Amino acid sequence: MIGYLGVDVGSVSTNVVIIDEKGEVIASRYLRTNGKPIETVQKGLYSVGEEVGDKVQIAGVGTTGSARYLVSMIVGADIVKNEITAHAVAASNVVKGVQTIIEIGGQDSKIIILRNGVVTDFAMNTVCAAGTGSFLDQQANRLCIPIEEFGDYALKAKNPVRIAGRCAVFAESDMIHKQQLGYNIEDIIAGLCEALVRNYMNNVGKGKEILPPVVFQGGVAANKGLVAAFNKYLGLEVIVPKEHGVMGAIGAALLAREATKKTGQTNFKGFNIKDISFKTDSFECNGCSNACEVVQFYENDELIARWGDRCGKWEMSTR
Amino acid sequence: MKISFPHMGHSYIAFKWLVENIGHECIVPPEPSKRTLDLGVRYAPEFACIPFKILMGTYLEVAEKGAEVIITSGGMGPCRAGYYWVMHQYILNELGKDLEIIAFEPPLCDLKDFWRKLHRLRKSGGLSVREFIQVIKTAWEKIKAIDDIEMRSHEVRPYEINRGDTTRALWKALDMIDKANSVKEIEEARQEGLKVINQVPQDLSRNPLKVGIVGEIYVVLEPAANHYIQIMLGEMGVQTDRSIYLTSYTRESAIINREEDIFAVARPYIKEAPIGGHGVNSIGETILYAKHGFDGVVQLAPFACIPEIVAKSILPKVSRDYDIPVLTLFIDEQTGKAGVQTRLEAFVDLLEKRRESKKRERLVV
Repeated sequence: MIGYLGVDVGSVSTNVVIIDEKGEVIASRYLRTNGKPIETVQKGLYSVGEEVGDKVQIAGVGTTGSARYLVSMIVGADIVKNEITAHAVAASNVVKGVQTIIEIGGQDSKIIILRNGVVTDFAMNTVCAAGTGSFLDQQANRLCIPIEEFGDYALKAKNPVRIAGRCAVFAESDMIHKQQLGYNIEDIIAGLCEALVRNYMNNVGKGKEILPPVVFQGGVAANKGLVAAFNKYLGLEVIVPKEHGVMGAIGAALLAREATKKTGQTNFKGFNIKDISFKTDSFECNGCSNACEVVQFYENDELIARWGDRCGKWEMSTR
Repeated sequence: MKISFPHMGHSYIAFKWLVENIGHECIVPPEPSKRTLDLGVRYAPEFACIPFKILMGTYLEVAEKGAEVIITSGGMGPCRAGYYWVMHQYILNELGKDLEIIAFEPPLCDLKDFWRKLHRLRKSGGLSVREFIQVIKTAWEKIKAIDDIEMRSHEVRPYEINRGDTTRALWKALDMIDKANSVKEIEEARQEGLKVINQVPQDLSRNPLKVGIVGEIYVVLEPAANHYIQIMLGEMGVQTDRSIYLTSYTRESAIINREEDIFAVARPYIKEAPIGGHGVNSIGETILYAKHGFDGVVQLAPFACIPEIVAKSILPKVSRDYDIPVLTLFIDEQTGKAGVQTRLEAFVDLLEKRRESKKRERLVV
């Protein structure tokens, strides 16, 4: 069977998926990046490779996420795409005619507006990470509630309390104050969910025309409390795709399918890259006053790429 | 006097020549770096915008190098930037720096003050009025030549075959302007510099997208403050035009050339015209770019900049009415460019897809 591989390496999670020619997911992995993108990708790829074995022939690879260029070197990608485009491609594939995509990940939140299948507008949080997965994680941790159950608590609330949502630091202190006053935990968590939705709509959603169908994806879409809060705010039912946590990787795989259709070949290095040693180091170039930090990338001690220089004099092909 | 001034793109080349030829010593401000930012953030009020912080850092850096006087601009109207120099002076005094800021207010605002300050610079430099006028005229030619060369580089970059060639050619051309000492030499250097840029190996079969850059003046003019956005877009194969060049209002050929036009086109969207800073400009310029067939507009806004926030909330309507996508980037302390790169790549994807589908529509019609 022919398959396409998509890898999405973000700030918090690393997702690896294999899709078949129709775009159905054959195998997927959702791992924590833990600040080690190279090792995590090696691990994820190996494990997904073990699952599919010889049954699947990889015909194309796509990478996305904030480490997309680095990872493209490791796996031998055929296409490297930003996560906004990747998410839009995946959502349009799952929900035909989607007009609005809400995507909330580890440190990013974005909104993508599509009309007639084409992205017409998007926005992404710029200077504030309030309301993203990292913040929810942190709060669940503080309250000693497993993140998976966070949403269930919110659904049990009767009177959500009002919590400041503009800034993660303010939201946290507001939550603590409400706890100290004796409000119950369910109402506080539900209040937090509503605050995050308010903040999202007011920040990235500002001025955007939100038309159904609305797809809600990203790791945070697993949180039922947030789904309920979005439904309440928007006055409609958002659609959470089954594979909502790995949509970026699915998008990358779909893009790889398209890209390799034209070329008919792939740069894929194989699943068994866990024995290859990948290393990076960096130095400061003193060729001019810019003092660029140049990154050098080694595969088994062989220098295969450099990037990070503004003028391009150190650069070896990275894309 | 040892004189310095804010760093804004490549204009320092002309200002350095001006200061030296009036008869003063010039302390050239360094390009804003991580150190500039560290210093600025440390001594500026936390809620000040990024231009304030970068300038604060720059002033402290030139103070270390021995600058005695800083020449800058004031400003009137609702944007607080008009008072920045007062605040900067206050902080410098508090830190015990022996530095005087001379701020030129718009001549129409206080003509007497304007002349008095000019007079002082001329007198202390030892020039006659006639010599002074000649020096200013020559410096103006220099600024124009610098702008010409930079504009050309943004036109050529999307066609370059080897990444970085255009930027290196630009540096070479600017160096030629730097060495020119008279109106005649400047003109020769300008011609020579344009030739150097034109000679960059290019693939003319490409059909680059065109994007206009609007927003607050400092972050539009200073590449170190905006992640070198024009170079980044250029290397992604996009031709850029920015709304503000120091000399643009004197150019007939420039798309954005007279403030009156900008205010007139913006009026249907914002009647109470002066909201301060370049807020109204951002709206008007977006309309002008749409009318001139640009594919998209990027708005650069310092984080917490009120004029640009007002403009940002009006731009979605402009964007719908004139059918031109707008991407707003808020600029603050972050130096990591990965986030900006992601947003720009997605924006370019959007513009390309849009162009393709428009082409298809035309074929059907």
